[in-house]
Amino acid sequence: MVEALFWPALLGYGEAALAYSSPRFAWLGTWGVRIGWLAQTALLAAQAAHSDGFPWGTFAGSLNLFVWLVVGTYLIWGCRPRYRLLGLSVMPLAVLLFVVARVGGGTRAGERSHYGNLFLVLHVGFVLAAFAGFTLAAALAGLYLWEDRRLKRRAADILALRLPSLVTLERLTLRTVAVALPLLTLGLAAGFVRLAQRGGGFDALMAITVVTWLVYGGFLAVRPTGRRGAHVALLGFALVILVRVALAGSHF
Amino acid sequence: MRLSLVGLSHRVAPVELRERVSVPPARAAELARELGDAVCLSTCYRTELYLANEEVDRAVSTLEELAREPLSSVVYRLHDEAAAVHLFRVAAGLDSLVPGEGEILGQVRAAYDAAHPGPLLDRVFRQALQIGKRVRTETPIAESPASVPAAAAALAQQVFGDLRGRRVLLVGAGRMGEAAAANLSTRGATIAYVANRSGATRLADRFGATSIRLDAIAGALGDVDVVLASTSAPGAVVHASDVPAHHRKPLFFVDIAVPRDVEPAVQELDGCYLYDVDDLEAVVAQTMSGRREAAARAEELVAEEAERFREWHASLDVVPAIASLRARAEEIRSAELAKLAGLTDRERRTVESVTAQVVNKLLHLPTVRMKEAAAATDGAAYADVVRHLFGLDED
Repeated sequence: MVEALFWPALLGYGEAALAYSSPRFAWLGTWGVRIGWLAQTALLAAQAAHSDGFPWGTFAGSLNLFVWLVVGTYLIWGCRPRYRLLGLSVMPLAVLLFVVARVGGGTRAGERSHYGNLFLVLHVGFVLAAFAGFTLAAALAGLYLWEDRRLKRRAADILALRLPSLVTLERLTLRTVAVALPLLTLGLAAGFVRLAQRGGGFDALMAITVVTWLVYGGFLAVRPTGRRGAHVALLGFALVILVRVALAGSHF
Repeated sequence: MRLSLVGLSHRVAPVELRERVSVPPARAAELARELGDAVCLSTCYRTELYLANEEVDRAVSTLEELAREPLSSVVYRLHDEAAAVHLFRVAAGLDSLVPGEGEILGQVRAAYDAAHPGPLLDRVFRQALQIGKRVRTETPIAESPASVPAAAAALAQQVFGDLRGRRVLLVGAGRMGEAAAANLSTRGATIAYVANRSGATRLADRFGATSIRLDAIAGALGDVDVVLASTSAPGAVVHASDVPAHHRKPLFFVDIAVPRDVEPAVQELDGCYLYDVDDLEAVVAQTMSGRREAAARAEELVAEEAERFREWHASLDVVPAIASLRARAEEIRSAELAKLAGLTDRERRTVESVTAQVVNKLLHLPTVRMKEAAAATDGAAYADVVRHLFGLDED
């Protein structure tokens, strides 16, 4: 029964992904994001209510939570028509990951959780929230590079697309990373505390996550501007993908 | 009550004629008063007289006096719905040379405010102003630039967003450059430097900028965000090597000069964006095509509002009949109530309330039907039948 909430959420996100492809229907996309996000919030709340611990401890479960965090972060800007293209890059990704979460059983309720430890819950929660922020920062950086390219090429229809300005995109990317990096720091700290308590090895995922932290830390310290800054944000996101997808099996 | 329009515009009259019939705002208000219930709209592109009376011929004579020649072959005369639709299109910017231009809406408002018109013109002008706003908020018709200076400013906004606090270097004293600088200035940018060969200060004084010589441009580039070049120099005056090597913020170059003032290699530098006059013309052409597309949607909005106006205007035919019918019913009710004697105050109030309700309920449906019939164009016939059946004209 609880799992049925997956469908309205998917419908909302799917509708948004389609609607954002047309400037005329972009406002419908925003409503799709809102309704889908509310339905997913209800799904997560129901999962939490039916679980005896942290319900998103599996890879698929964490994807479910990750999608909710990404869309939630996107909603901060999602109501503005000028960010339609951002929605067009974020929402199809959200749909895809959400479906993967469902196929992997991450949207089921009543699963027994082996994540009862507070540090572990904080670790997963903070790291996923940080990764959601980095995902959005990457989407902003991608949009920056695309717009920069069009300005460089002097595309005649540049004004017809109603994009956010380059400076705005650059500033939002920086701010998003500035919010996400402390969350990653807290998540890593919680993970290391648990590692110290329970013992265990330092796996490849941990190593790459630390590298990711260094990349974004360097980004905030040096604050590279223009295309260079966008490339660094995308490099960090490539590491996030590596951690979330390629190396996930080694850690969960 | 008949709505009429007499006028001429850029579509039918050359500028020599338009400038003769054009009148300043104060004179336009006077003219409207002289014609009775009228509004005079006079702009660079049109002089139009909107009338809610039968003074059409006098209005034409007035225009002919201003033109000092007969205007029968040029002037247009429109009535009722056609006149209203014309005004709606004018307010929406659909009858302008540049579709969706914003100035006309203010001019329509000024003409309306100056005239203090009667109910018909008041209604049609208020509706026109609403349509003008709707078209600009519900369609993108007015969002894109329609000239090279406006395109330069819009592109600068595409790079920087808000232009407040952005600093501009104006190179040369060309007319187009000055217009672009003025456009940037109205959007909040600061014209920080004006550079030209002689170090002349007219433009610097106008914008409150620092006047520098052309050979000082390289030094100023580190202190500005936008460079606007429009000299008549035979070759480039801004070179790629002039751009500071480690500039951290974007630099936007607008080169309106022919031959070009900015070396094309500037475009290759990271964070530098260069648009020449051809690029800007291409942007304007593209946005104009966007405006024309938006104009189609705006025409739909105008058509919707025209239908509303038509229904309202048609209902005016039956309003007197409805008013007479209600007055007659009220007269009968009051007369019959007066015959009642021996009622307490409370009983009288109850009877008054009940009879008022009976009258209202009885007349509700005929009122609605008459208004519907008016909208369907046979309202006058219905009104005649009602007058005949209830003897409304026999008093």
